[in-house]
Amino acid sequence: MNPPNGFDVSRRGVVLGTAATGAVSALGVSPVYAQAATPASAASVSAPVTARVSVTVNGEARALELDTRTTLLDALREHLHLTGSKKGCDHGQCGACTVIVDGRRINSCLSLAVMHEGASVTTIEGLGGPDNLHPLQAAFVKHDGYQCGYCTPGQICSAVAMLDEVKAGLPSHVSDDLLAAPELDGAELRERMSGNICRCGAYSNIAEAITEVAGRKA
Amino acid sequence: MKPFTFERAASPAEAAAAAARTPGSKFIAGGTNLLDLMKLQIETPAHLIDVNGLGLDAIDLIPEGGLRIGALVRNTDLAADERVRRDYGVLSRALLSGASGQLRNKATTAGNLLQRTRCPYFYDTAQPCNKRQPGSGCSALGGFSRQHAVMGVSDACIATHPSDMAVAMRVLDAKVETVRPDGNKRSVPIAEFHTLPGDTPQVENTLAPGELITAVTLPPPVGGTQIYRKVRDRASYAFALVSVAAIVQRDGSGRVALGGVAHKPWRVEAAEAELPNGPKAAAEKLLAGARTTPDNAYKIPLVERTLGAVLAKARG
Ligand SMILES: Cc1cc2nc3c(=O)[nH]c(=O)nc-3n(C[C@H](O)[C@H](O)[C@H](O)COP(=O)(O)OP(=O)(O)OC[C@H]3O[C@@H](n4cnc5c(N)ncnc54)[C@H](O)[C@@H]3O)c2cc1C
Ligand code: SF4
Repeated sequence: MNPPNGFDVSRRGVVLGTAATGAVSALGVSPVYAQAATPASAASVSAPVTARVSVTVNGEARALELDTRTTLLDALREHLHLTGSKKGCDHGQCGACTVIVDGRRINSCLSLAVMHEGASVTTIEGLGGPDNLHPLQAAFVKHDGYQCGYCTPGQICSAVAMLDEVKAGLPSHVSDDLLAAPELDGAELRERMSGNICRCGAYSNIAEAITEVAGRKA
Repeated sequence: MKPFTFERAASPAEAAAAAARTPGSKFIAGGTNLLDLMKLQIETPAHLIDVNGLGLDAIDLIPEGGLRIGALVRNTDLAADERVRRDYGVLSRALLSGASGQLRNKATTAGNLLQRTRCPYFYDTAQPCNKRQPGSGCSALGGFSRQHAVMGVSDACIATHPSDMAVAMRVLDAKVETVRPDGNKRSVPIAEFHTLPGDTPQVENTLAPGELITAVTLPPPVGGTQIYRKVRDRASYAFALVSVAAIVQRDGSGRVALGGVAHKPWRVEAAEAELPNGPKAAAEKLLAGARTTPDNAYKIPLVERTLGAVLAKARG
């Protein structure tokens, strides 16, 4: 199949977006794409576009058909009903949406779900539940690492991945020696957790909870 | 967000070609700046080209010396690379001073270079802004301009480039490697990569439409004491008001670039001859021709003092 511009489809990247209004080929070459290649057409897409994505969430394989605009956060909350991950600012500034993707903490609000094909996502629900708390979840309860609790899932997911970063020897802004193995003192902990804001200001208790688990791990 | 179609590019050249033939298309890497702006409809691409799967995520030694950093290398991985920590400490330091752990895990080398200004009027779609909407006026001139530029400004725009990483790249004389839609490749010195606002503040760099960044190269290590000092409103997780990237040699000679003062990392090679004469002499040359507002005039003495602190630290 050759679209109007004469490019060979098989040699191009796969177009995943499919306009809700049109039929698609097996490779998902969208009519919108072909239309966009016509110089006269305006550079906008009027109808929502959907695409399929397969991800593993908390160990379970999930296949979704989503509007391409769906963030990973909205996919988790609105489509998979995993509402532990929170929407705070929705602009990567507060950290309430932090989840762990392929072992790394990210802001799920600033990431498109369709960009996570084949990824493995861990949310607060995947770390542990009421009957089998993750050590960090238990420590937050013990040290009262919250007041309203809204930032807590993000704080805990962030802390789990952060402890792995320390173990892997990643330096931080406050590390004196870039080449030395970092030690998680108070300044290091605060710097490394600065992407998680707590409006209630439970920081001292959050720091105590993380410090306890870090100590136990070391 | 406006609806958009989405594709995963298969190779760098094909990504560039796809961008050139698809009106309204944009590359997406980490997405941490583009998606932020799309949510506010400041960016409204009709088509996104995901460049994450292009294999541009390695850091390789260049046989003649230096490093080639793939465009998709994450800020976290670049800052943590053993060779970067050892030989290009100013780059590790600059990266680690930016954003948060979560964001650096996603943010890429190319995306970081191309991140857009944090001018509050650029973000506020209810306000005139020449960068967002050419010809509409600049709200920062005569408005709240505490964060804004003092060097290389124009009557059309006084925005700063917000990247920390780019300031370190500038002091290291990095080069930006690209591939164009016609398949041609080129390598642009970082000094010629970002542009000043002039009459066209919507133009921020010298990339052609559809041109894809494939890598950033660093020349062989130059040694010296490497320092990145960032002054900001909070101790962490805030953009620079002023920053200084410096490489100082034992004899007091060195290089310095500034962040937070211009539409691009600010380096004046002539100022570097003054470094052995102290921060006042060097800052005077660096900031010659400065144009301030009542809100941001503080940046002039702040640059001199920050440079003073950096030079003192370099002396040990
Ligand atoms: C809350 C917050 C705080 C932050 N604080 C700081 C800070 O203190 N210091 C700092 O320096 N930065 C900071 N940042 C900005 C952050 O560093 C950038 O968002 C990030 O580096 C952008 O990289 P990305 O890969 O996510 O880019 P994307 O968002 O994917 O892309 C950005 C732009 O680059 C283009 N692009 C991407 N890859 C390529 C390529 N290979 N070739 C051509 N074009 C390409 C895209 O089309 C887009 O226009 C902060 C961001 C947030 C949200
Ligand atoms: S300084 Fe530049 S970005 Fe800010 S309002 Fe003026 S034109 Fe827009």
